[in-house]
Amino acid sequence: MESVGLNAYLFVGAVLFVCGIVCMAIKRNGIGVLMGVELVLNGANLNFVAFAHYTPLGLDGQVIALFVIVLAAAEAAVALAIALNFYNNHLTIDVDRGNELQG
Amino acid sequence: MNGLFAATSLSEFLSGLTLPFAGKLSPLWVLLTAALIHAVILINIFAILPLFYIWLERKVAGRIQDRLGPTRVGGKFGWLQTLADGIKLIQKEDLAPGAADRWIFRIAPYLAVIASFAAFIVLPFADGWVAVSLDVGVFIILALMSLEVLGIIFAGYSSGSKWALFGAMREAAQMVSYEIPMALCALVPLVTAGTLNFGEIGRMQAGLASNWLIFHDPFTFIAFFAYFTVATASVKRAPFDLAEAESELVAGFHTEYSGLRWSFFFMAEYASMFAVSGIAVLLFLGGWYTGVDAEAGLTSFRGWMPNFMVPGFTLGNYVVNLFGAKVFVLKACVLVFVQIWVRWTLPRLRIDQVMTTCLKYLVPISCVLFLGAILWPLLLASTLKRTTILEQAPPLGRVIVGDAARARPALPVVASSPQREAAE
Amino acid sequence: MTTDMLFWLFAALVCGGALGVVVTQNVVRMAFWLILSLGSVSALFFLLHADFLGAAQLLIYVGGTVVLLVFGVMLTASGPYMQIKTSAADGLLGACVGGLLLLVLVSTISAMDWSQLHPAGAESIAFTERPEGNTIRPLGLAFLGLRPDRPGDGFSVKPAPGYLLPFEIVSVHLLVVLVGAAYLARAKRRTHASDDSLSA
Repeated sequence: MESVGLNAYLFVGAVLFVCGIVCMAIKRNGIGVLMGVELVLNGANLNFVAFAHYTPLGLDGQVIALFVIVLAAAEAAVALAIALNFYNNHLTIDVDRGNELQG
Repeated sequence: MNGLFAATSLSEFLSGLTLPFAGKLSPLWVLLTAALIHAVILINIFAILPLFYIWLERKVAGRIQDRLGPTRVGGKFGWLQTLADGIKLIQKEDLAPGAADRWIFRIAPYLAVIASFAAFIVLPFADGWVAVSLDVGVFIILALMSLEVLGIIFAGYSSGSKWALFGAMREAAQMVSYEIPMALCALVPLVTAGTLNFGEIGRMQAGLASNWLIFHDPFTFIAFFAYFTVATASVKRAPFDLAEAESELVAGFHTEYSGLRWSFFFMAEYASMFAVSGIAVLLFLGGWYTGVDAEAGLTSFRGWMPNFMVPGFTLGNYVVNLFGAKVFVLKACVLVFVQIWVRWTLPRLRIDQVMTTCLKYLVPISCVLFLGAILWPLLLASTLKRTTILEQAPPLGRVIVGDAARARPALPVVASSPQREAAE
Repeated sequence: MTTDMLFWLFAALVCGGALGVVVTQNVVRMAFWLILSLGSVSALFFLLHADFLGAAQLLIYVGGTVVLLVFGVMLTASGPYMQIKTSAADGLLGACVGGLLLLVLVSTISAMDWSQLHPAGAESIAFTERPEGNTIRPLGLAFLGLRPDRPGDGFSVKPAPGYLLPFEIVSVHLLVVLVGAAYLARAKRRTHASDDSLSA
């Protein structure tokens, strides 16, 4: 049985990334879009850690992945505050309704 | 491979074991058998402890309210009361309200139980008696225990009931806030110990009770009480059980549950009580050591019957560890008893009082403790020229030095690859 | 062998969870699939010997961020089990574009020869070679600006840079962001309440 290598992890990361992108694109629920962002960041993180393990990138990959996790937490907090404001103004979380600036 | 479910000591035992009919086990079977044995032992502990604690809760509640508690089932003290309750609960109908989101409603109790059980995987019961020995042990147990809240939020949200939703909202707000002081309080002894590995923290506290981390400096002493308060809140026990405040919310997040699924929430709650108490025992109260240096007398016994069945396995060592595990479980049970005692003594807080307690009092207190724990060795070093008050206490950083010595064979490898090739 | 089996198990859970997030319309079920996916990612981190990172993933992502998101769902739900459906055309378009993007990524990854990343004779960093995957101390030292895993040789190879400055910047950034988020979530609510009192 062939041992799992770098490519297998990169494929999983790619699936996560694509799912996140599609989620961000098609969801009309604001919170759903946020979940898509989390998926994209996790796909990138998985790639960083896989490179850290299989290539001379080493510790740097893990450090960057940690930074990504911390910044993602900050991003979620701000995005949630924006979503709450959006809800307070529009009484819905449907992002398609945020079209007041349309010409 | 050690990462996920390595069962080091047990798998070493199994790989050395020569069966009379099959010879030596293959490595895969060794790993699977070791994992299976660990899982079975932990599931048994996980199932039996709540049985005992629920009986204890009823008994203590009875005594505090000047009545007897259970007396009939299983003899004079009602030992089998919880088992009878369990059989009754299994027989009950598994209901789901019409307004519920069925799928999540059914899956939520399992989420809570899994998160609570997962914490036991990294909890050591004695020296080396741990399913997975990780260097991030303390960190990951805090992470796993924080996952239980997800099951409760899902349960409350999917019930389709206002009471349950209110309970889940309170639980979410409470847990997210209380995680911060809990981690900060746990950091205070960790700063002193210089490691996140439960095994090393436990071994640091061998000998007399003055070696326990709670008596290391004034900050760890206060941190223990702060941690215990926060831990009581994090397993949503009274006076912090706002998620199931029965006077306002019927039964909070589990209002709509019945039968076995309802009892799963209770199993998770009581097992979490043991887990947070176990963390307190390991971080502050000397782990599996008695504190009267009884282990010194047992040292000669450790060599009893060497190479029993398997080369390298000493039966005496095993028995001493069994004794240590008993001490550990006993200490944790005492802390659980205190939690039960507090529940039946203090009235429940209001939700705003719970949040005020956390954000205005416990977070600043734990921040000050954390800062103090960092500055304390500096203060001692500048005034007393040593890093501990007591002369005979082990110097701070012993573990760090030991760890560096252990890691030393790996470090030259890091430095240059030619040496490594030469070594190989 | 067992590592491989565990990898395939968790890889399937990661991909299945991610697909579940995309396909499901109910937000809370999406959160459940997200938990499954992110939790399995942390298991993959453990398989990659990144134990601290796996624990951080569980604590911050699964225990923190997702709880925050579910909390957001509860605060913004206009009815029970709110569902804002994606139209079928959007879904189809998204699936087509996503499939093409995945095709591009997979073919690129397969075509790439990653062994070129290894300079001649160099091997991967030693700390990942340690079977128990102890990364706490190297990570902590890296955040303090020390790199015991890449000390350099004193002549041609310089020691690798530490991460003290990024670490400080990130911690200040996190504080600022959280204060800002608290202010943002609070200020609007106050004006909303005052509007109500004016209209009343």
